[in-house]
Amino acid sequence: MTSTVNPVDERAARAPEFPMARAAGCPFDPPPALRDLQQEGPLARVRLWDGSTPWLVTRYADQRALLGDPRVSADIHRPGYPRQAPMPPGGTGVSFILKDDPEHARLRRMVTAPFAIKRVEAMRPGVQRIVDDLIDELLAGPNPVDLVEAFALPVPSLVICQLLGVPYADHDFFQDNSKVIINRNVTPEQRSAAHGNLIEYLDGLMGEKIAHPVDDLLSGLAERVTAGELSRNEAAQMGVLLLIAGHETTANMIALGTLALFEHPGQLALLRDTDDRRLIASAVEELLRYLHITHSGRRRVAVEDIEVGGEVIRAGEGLILANDIANRDPGMFAEPDRLDLRRDARRHVAFGFGAHQCLGQPLARMELQVVYGTLYRRIPTLRPATELERIPFKHDGSVYGVYELPVTW
Amino acid sequence: MKVTVNQDKCVASGQCVVAAMEVFDQRDEDGIVVLPNAEPPAEQADDVRHAAAVCPALAIEVQD
Repeated sequence: MTSTVNPVDERAARAPEFPMARAAGCPFDPPPALRDLQQEGPLARVRLWDGSTPWLVTRYADQRALLGDPRVSADIHRPGYPRQAPMPPGGTGVSFILKDDPEHARLRRMVTAPFAIKRVEAMRPGVQRIVDDLIDELLAGPNPVDLVEAFALPVPSLVICQLLGVPYADHDFFQDNSKVIINRNVTPEQRSAAHGNLIEYLDGLMGEKIAHPVDDLLSGLAERVTAGELSRNEAAQMGVLLLIAGHETTANMIALGTLALFEHPGQLALLRDTDDRRLIASAVEELLRYLHITHSGRRRVAVEDIEVGGEVIRAGEGLILANDIANRDPGMFAEPDRLDLRRDARRHVAFGFGAHQCLGQPLARMELQVVYGTLYRRIPTLRPATELERIPFKHDGSVYGVYELPVTW
Repeated sequence: MKVTVNQDKCVASGQCVVAAMEVFDQRDEDGIVVLPNAEPPAEQADDVRHAAAVCPALAIEVQD
């Protein structure tokens, strides 16, 4: 009698660990194993920290289709959802990014107004002032200096504090707690404690805004709480989400983007020598595509059977959509591993796709346009103050970047 | 060219406004898409098609 092995089970048994390691010396490229899987076929199985083996979707077209597919759920509480880390003891509330419509849409629409294009454009002169003031301080301060600490982190932190109505004086507190939350290697207890700290902090601020509303985003949420449309805990959850997402991602794009430009001097010169807003905007899109700093993939779970490339993802099975490798899909972008600031990269999926696309992307784009359009022009001799090999990269976080970037001029 | 938008699907990304500012706009209260010009001239056709392509919610339909 011969034994038969189910090919699906066999593939799950051979599934490689995810996330995967980048190649030494290639800090800007996705892990080589991801590229191999993309070449092999549209779907692969990967193994997560808890032993589960969700599907990995690697190709651009499939990711766009699945992220817009109503048979795909973002609800972290559904069985089969591929979690990035263990659930903290006792669990925590989740914000709208981990819920489905109609609840997701109801909550998200409460905070979309400040991110409308005209509102964001109205913020541009203020962001330009923040960037110019920080560059003035940089030039007047020590040389060399860590660009992360002196510039990349303060720019988006100041902007999001202003938008939300959070006192910037508290930045050490919220930045330290954010770092713990997005670090994959902390214990569930540590992550839960950091999240609890931020919830408590935002809840306190919410109390102040309920009593004394002013013209900021948290006051807008406070009015919803007063009107009974939103619970105070939901408002605090949203505040934490916007505060973390508003500074961590953009800060990493500023520092990692600058490092990538140092490694591509011809491309850096394009930005240094131009005031063409179209070129600057195009450069931002290309850097977003090329670097793709959210490198843990978008996480989803199928709620019905879905066919992809001749295979069937069953209801209840987890999906990881690896956007970093999708942005390097040769089926979508010619010579995807080449950084080319003049290419049209606008269709990248660095901000995701579908109903859950990054809420803050118009603001992030504008901030990056101001930064990339200003920093190298104002400090034309800006260059790294150490070798690439000595720069510590954030391999352990859900947001990729550098811990430090020593620069000189 | 005739353009239609689905406000229920719209997620207020504003990418349509960036792509074709003469054709698309956003509601002040929540950033949801509005369409001041549903029949844009031919010279805006490429921008409008791009707007439909980058809309994360696939809320824009274009008929030639």
